[in-house]
Formats: sequence, structure tokens, C-alpha cells
Amino acid sequence: MAAKVITVTSGKGGVGKTTTTANIAVALSMDGAKVVCLDGDIGLRNLDVVMGLENRIVYDLVDVVEGRCRLRQAMIRDKQNSELYLIPAAQTRDKNAISPSDMVRLCDELRPDFDWILIDSPAGIERGFRNVIAPADIVLVVTNPEVSAVRDADRIIGLVESEEKGPARLVINRLNSSMVKRGDMLSVDDVTELLAISLIGIVPEDESVISSANRGQPVVNDTKSRAGMAFRDIARRLRGEDVPFPPMEVKDDFFKKLFRVN
Amino acid sequence: MPGWMDRIAGTHTSSANLAKERLKLVLIHDRTDLTSEDVDHLKDELMQVIRKYIDIDPGEVSILVNHDGREQRLVADVPLRAGQRRRVG
Repeated sequence: MAAKVITVTSGKGGVGKTTTTANIAVALSMDGAKVVCLDGDIGLRNLDVVMGLENRIVYDLVDVVEGRCRLRQAMIRDKQNSELYLIPAAQTRDKNAISPSDMVRLCDELRPDFDWILIDSPAGIERGFRNVIAPADIVLVVTNPEVSAVRDADRIIGLVESEEKGPARLVINRLNSSMVKRGDMLSVDDVTELLAISLIGIVPEDESVISSANRGQPVVNDTKSRAGMAFRDIARRLRGEDVPFPPMEVKDDFFKKLFRVN
Repeated sequence: MPGWMDRIAGTHTSSANLAKERLKLVLIHDRTDLTSEDVDHLKDELMQVIRKYIDIDPGEVSILVNHDGREQRLVADVPLRAGQRRRVG
């Protein structure tokens, strides 16, 4: 085995990076692949709570880098999937506790034993970003169909290119199709035209994302959730399957406008 | 808010279209580090240089930053005045 390293990033905070990382990791492990998640957000860890593993943390990523434990000791096995592991971030340290070369070394040590290594990024474009981008084979940029998130995504896509880790692939998260239909939200076509990179996933806005995270159960486990299905589709595309995107929203035409009661 | 007449005629600009147009401009400047004032200065200086050699109509000159995918391109369109003869010496 030689794992592929996927770094999930966004630039702007709060667009759903951690949710995306956790759900893609679970989805990839569903068909028996061996997956390990790394929380690269040193000082503001969250991947552990989204995955429901916060009570099992003994050692973290900084402990491994600084030699206080072996790599295996910092790996937490998932509750449901025995082939899924998490290496949590340190909560009491900051991003300067590790370097890009530490991350490359850590991933190289993990590669032989796994199929996929997923890295969740901190918000921002500084040291924390360089740490998580250094070992990446594939970079996923998460954005929301909103002006601020799209602008920051563009900046990050440029940085990924200048680090020679491009082309990044785009995940549009929290798409509200009824707002798109009303003309009150950027459509998938608008966002992909602006950012000019290829799309790997469209995740609809879905309340079950929050209720699942409340339980520490990534939504991808919920077979009825539309967001869960979108994350499973992303995992299939990462495996190289050709999975069509669900039909795009159609813009309102004249007659729809005419007959709609406002 | 657009009125019902605008909605029926489809003449109002939706907030999504507005967002897209604003982002187009913002992204051009973010990607090139060029503000619109910079582009104006560039245009003025470029015209001064060109006018040393050829007679042009400054009002017709257009200088734009275009993008094709993630590639940026500075496009200058400089029409020459009608009846232009090559100056000798």
C-alpha cells in the first residue's frame, strides 16, 4: 500500500472543512480502505469532536513530532470502522510547534500502512497552511456559494498552484438550491466559472449535518441524508469512479416568474 | 427589492448576478495585485509612449485584464486614427 495524501483546505474559516474531512474519511473507509485522518489545526482541534472520538485522546500530533510517543500510540481507532484512525491536533500548542518537513516525514511514515491519509487544515494562509500543504498529493478546496468564501477560495487556489500542488479540486458546500432558483445564491456554474477549477463535489445544505455532528456521527453514515450521499459521491470520485453530478438547478424562465406568487 | 413589474419583465438584477459581477472584478484585482487606479495609470503611460510614434485617439483606447480559466491576460486595443500615414524621419 502507498497512501494518497488528501489535504482539505479553504482559506476562510467556517465553510465546512472539518465536516468535509471527517465525512470523506468515513466514506472512503466504508469499502474497506485503510484511512487515517490528521487534524492539522494545531491549537483549535475539532476533527475529534466531529468524529465523536474526543474522549479517547491520550497523545496528539505534536507529541509524535516531539518524540513523546510513538506514531501508533497517537492513533485513535474509530468507534464503528476498525480501518479508520484519527491523529488529533494538540490543543494547548500553536501552529509553530510543527514544520512542513515534520508533516512530510509523518505522512511518509504512515503511507505504507494506509490507502488514504486525510489532513484537515487550519483557516488562513500562513504557517499552518504550509504545514498541511507540504505532504499533499491531492488538494481539495472547500467553499460556500458566498462572496467572502469564494474570494478566499480563489486566493488559496492560487497559493496551491504556487506551491506546485495544483490543480486543486473544488467542493461546493452548503448549496441551497431554492435560493439558487430564486436568484439569491451563486449557482454551481457561477462558482466554477469564477474559480476556474474542476469540481469534485456539491454538498447541499442539510440540517442533518449539524444533528449528526451533535452526536459525533459524521452524516455520511446516514443513508437518507442528501449531504451524506454527496460525501459518498466525493469518495467514489476520489477512487477514480465516474460519478455524474445530480442535475443542476435551472434558472427561472419568464413563465415561471409570471406564474409565481410572491 | 425589485417590484413585481421588474420580476415579470426579468429586468431586475438578482443578488446572485450582482455577487458574480462583483466577484469577477475583485478576483481580477486579487490575482494581479492591480487596482483600477493602477490600470488607469498604466493606460495613461502606455498612451504617452504610443503617441510618440503614432497618432491615436485616446478616447478609443481600451486596456483590460481578461481571464481565460485561471490565466490572466492584459489586452490593449488601440485603434489608429483614420488616414494614418507612416511618418518618415
